[in-house]
Amino acid sequence: MPQTPLHAEHARLGASFTDFGGWDMPVRYSSDLAEHEAVRTNAGLFDISHMAEIFVQGTGSATFLDYSLVGQASLIENGKAKYSLICNQDGGIIDDLIVYRLADESFLVIANAGNRTAVVEALKSRAATLGFVGVTDESDDYALLAIQGPHATKILQSVTDTDLSTLPYYSIGEGTVSGVHTYLCRTGYTGEDGFEVLFNNSEAVNVFNALIEAGAVPCGLASRDTLRLEAGMPLYGHELNLDVNPYEAGFARVVRLDRDDFVGRDALLELSTKTPSRKLVGLVGEGKRAARADYPLYSDSESTVQIGIITSGALSPTLGYPVAMGYLETDQSELGNTVSVDIRGTRLPMTIVKLPFYKRSK
Amino acid sequence: MSNPTNRSYTAEHEWVLVEGDVATIGITAYAAEKLGDVVFVDLPKIGTSTTYMKICGEIESTKSVGELYAPLDGEVVEINDVVVSAPETVNTDPFGAGWLIKVKFTTLPELMTAEQYDALTGEG
Repeated sequence: MPQTPLHAEHARLGASFTDFGGWDMPVRYSSDLAEHEAVRTNAGLFDISHMAEIFVQGTGSATFLDYSLVGQASLIENGKAKYSLICNQDGGIIDDLIVYRLADESFLVIANAGNRTAVVEALKSRAATLGFVGVTDESDDYALLAIQGPHATKILQSVTDTDLSTLPYYSIGEGTVSGVHTYLCRTGYTGEDGFEVLFNNSEAVNVFNALIEAGAVPCGLASRDTLRLEAGMPLYGHELNLDVNPYEAGFARVVRLDRDDFVGRDALLELSTKTPSRKLVGLVGEGKRAARADYPLYSDSESTVQIGIITSGALSPTLGYPVAMGYLETDQSELGNTVSVDIRGTRLPMTIVKLPFYKRSK
Repeated sequence: MSNPTNRSYTAEHEWVLVEGDVATIGITAYAAEKLGDVVFVDLPKIGTSTTYMKICGEIESTKSVGELYAPLDGEVVEINDVVVSAPETVNTDPFGAGWLIKVKFTTLPELMTAEQYDALTGEG
């Protein structure tokens, strides 16, 4: 199984490992809850070097990405970022990704580790259609660290000369961290302020340890999952997959239909005119028992007709009650509606709420 | 972490400490660490009958659900209220304050020794 260049460092710090997206990744160092809290109150450091970095460069880059993604990359200002989706011809989601515009004709696309091959193949085949040649998968050359939490900026600022106040949310700049040239992206997957720092693999140990010495707490993927769940952020393979379209997943705003041609346009245009049969919702429960992925949902405690399914769920470490995301038949998905989840044979009520469950105070 | 030698073990990671005709039952440090932070414990009610290697409770962490298997036939005579109100005790002291239930029994099944359990979990 592939490992990031920090695998030995994680082991040295006492991490347990898990298979994530085909990679052997740290799931926790000591305690999921302590790592979760570190991100909410201080600053956590995640090794996310498993993620895919795809560069799109050269004349025609913006036109190519406009054709390949459901969003409009050409509208992103230089130095800014945008969340987007790559869909197939039927409007099914191949992956969700972030597009960073480095220059007029230079973009960085960060995609999920488990979808690296699918995304690269889709982009290359779409590039071939347009006669564009500027797609390069540079995932193997890069380490990616996420530093997240209310103290993340202060800690990162102590090891970089770049004035981080010049980088607002969803922007990208370049700078030196612990003497290493990096891309500094003000993005994340935890619901907190913070940065994702991208740089050459060979410097991974140096930068990782510099950030820990500056005060960041190493955090594993278990806490990353509960953090992103509280923040209402989807995880591919749970909330998103090839059988889900952007309208079901609540991403109508990400799809720019008002333009000529992009992959999936016809299907998405038709889907946009209809009410989707199911919708992604947020659910909260009472007590301490979490509804988890794949648990079925019913309209009430007596009903045996399934109306939906949980896609992610946990006892929220920050809020203290169970939270979950899941798909529900649209006519049962109204905010405030109460449904029933089957937790290993026990039916418990859950109420539909607006996402996210947690929003940081600004 | 070594497993105490004064008790017996199951392949499902329960430990059993026998005093007279009552067995105190918990999960091992190995199991607690694999689960991660325990956030909810669902224990059988006092008076419930237990059946050898049948599920009688659940131990939930943030990431997963662990099942509590009854290591012997008997009747639940006590549950640990401490772990119900402070589930993290299962992580902090799995072999002590983090015990789960006490079961009164008449006959003991054959269980694993600490040495056998060490071998199963790759310790020792």
